[in-house]
Amino acid sequence: MAIVLEDVSKTYEVKGKRIEALKKLSLTIEDGEIFGLIGFSGAGKSTLLRLINLLEAPSSGKVNVNGTDLGSLTGDDLRIRRQKIGMIFQQFNLIESKTVYQNIEFVLKASRYDRKKIRGRIEELLDLVGLGDKVDSYPKNLSGGQKQRVGIARALANHPDVLLCDEATSALDPDTTKTILKLLKRINRELGITIVLITHEMEVIKEVADRVGVMSEGEVVEKGDVYSTFSHPKHDVTKGFVQDIYDFAIPPHIDVNNRSEVITIKFLNEHAEANYVNQLYRHFECDISILNGRIEYIHDMPLGFLMLHIKGEPEEIARLKSFIDESKGIERAEIYAEID
Amino acid sequence: MQRLTEIAPLLYRALLETTLMVSISIFFAVLLGLPLGILLYITANPLLFRIKPLNQFLGAVTNVIRSFPFIILIVAIMPIATWLTNSSHGPVFASVALSLAAIPLFARLVETSFNGVNTGVIEASIAGGASLWLIVTDVLIPESKRGITQAITLTIISIVAFSATAGVVGGGGIGDLAIRYGYYRYDTVTMVATVVVLIIIVQLIQLIGDYLSQRQEGN
Repeated sequence: MAIVLEDVSKTYEVKGKRIEALKKLSLTIEDGEIFGLIGFSGAGKSTLLRLINLLEAPSSGKVNVNGTDLGSLTGDDLRIRRQKIGMIFQQFNLIESKTVYQNIEFVLKASRYDRKKIRGRIEELLDLVGLGDKVDSYPKNLSGGQKQRVGIARALANHPDVLLCDEATSALDPDTTKTILKLLKRINRELGITIVLITHEMEVIKEVADRVGVMSEGEVVEKGDVYSTFSHPKHDVTKGFVQDIYDFAIPPHIDVNNRSEVITIKFLNEHAEANYVNQLYRHFECDISILNGRIEYIHDMPLGFLMLHIKGEPEEIARLKSFIDESKGIERAEIYAEID
Repeated sequence: MQRLTEIAPLLYRALLETTLMVSISIFFAVLLGLPLGILLYITANPLLFRIKPLNQFLGAVTNVIRSFPFIILIVAIMPIATWLTNSSHGPVFASVALSLAAIPLFARLVETSFNGVNTGVIEASIAGGASLWLIVTDVLIPESKRGITQAITLTIISIVAFSATAGVVGGGGIGDLAIRYGYYRYDTVTMVATVVVLIIIVQLIQLIGDYLSQRQEGN
């Protein structure tokens, strides 16, 4: 069981111009995982997500969700299948004229849920998302985070096997984003629901995704487990996203020449915590100053970057560089961003 | 002043006629205009029930009726009105033409307020597996309650204005009184009195309409 996209493409015709939103893309999302798709706006991730519940139909190719070929469904069959594919949105998309209770009731009505069980189901869902006291509130009286919780409760109402998240935290502040992401992770682990999320923020991927796919111009240009994708980005777009997190750039007042170099080193796994810089100080006759540094924990594995300014004789600098290159778990990293 | 007391019974009768015509017409405008507005909207919306030819056909019919000068419309549909009401004059007879004019107007206003409904909410409803019917009754209509209330207000006021012309077929009403007594007979007092009554009616309808639509917002 999985979500399998096979050679899907999507082209639009806008004012006589053909736009290729997706180019013959294939992707498999495993059952029970959290798969994050990251890309800039216009990369096609939103279109890709909407293929999974057929809000958009592919121009060619196949979309198979847990054994059902969506292309073969029409009318009521498609409608009923969609009830098992939850979706949440950046702008929450709640019915403003309905209370929290009625918003969730709406999708239960859609699935002809047993009337006698509706109230119980809604209370259960609101407890799950931590909004038990907001049953009768209207969306306009809720904060962004609370609205998204209602969105999640609504998406889960009909016991879906898949949850699609369309930039679900992009309209939220960082703290609220964290709590919503935690909730999504809990839902994934406790209910076993496969989650596909799209975002333009690497933070989101880092926080919840098991695997990541990087999208650019209608293609998945890179994919893999989150740690290796972050520690060894290959595609320029991926490098850009990693750079966004570490935000390293050579300070403008630093002269770079053969006696003064800026080196960024990358610590992988457990080496991130080792007392490495101390060794450099001890073994080399160089002036070493730290310009920038950061350690991120991805799935509890540290990934650290340290930017050093090294001054000394060219030979000594060269010796230091080869020492770094030979150290286990340490690598010299490129600076990914353009320097302003 | 004396003239005012003389025309009081006339005014009263005209007021009843206007009320009758407006009531009948707004009833049919909503009864038939709402479904027409819904059809205009859903047949244009790619997320819902897009059927371009049907949408163009309905749009064309709506526009044609709305293009008619009201006086011509009254005359043009006289045979149908006669057949429907089994009479050839009077407020009920005039209401047929008034309803016919009000239906497309109301439909277009409803369509416009549906256009104001957040597309994202409709998308979310479809993603949730809701049927078209459920989306119409539980999303479109409740989400545009305010716009629909305003559409009803505007349509009623338009019917009041149209009804002045209804005198041609003996519809009576306040506007007709203004034309017959005030304009044709140079009876300034009656003309001013009727116009004042009309202003008060329109103001009242607008006030009530605004109050009701604000209450929709207030939940």
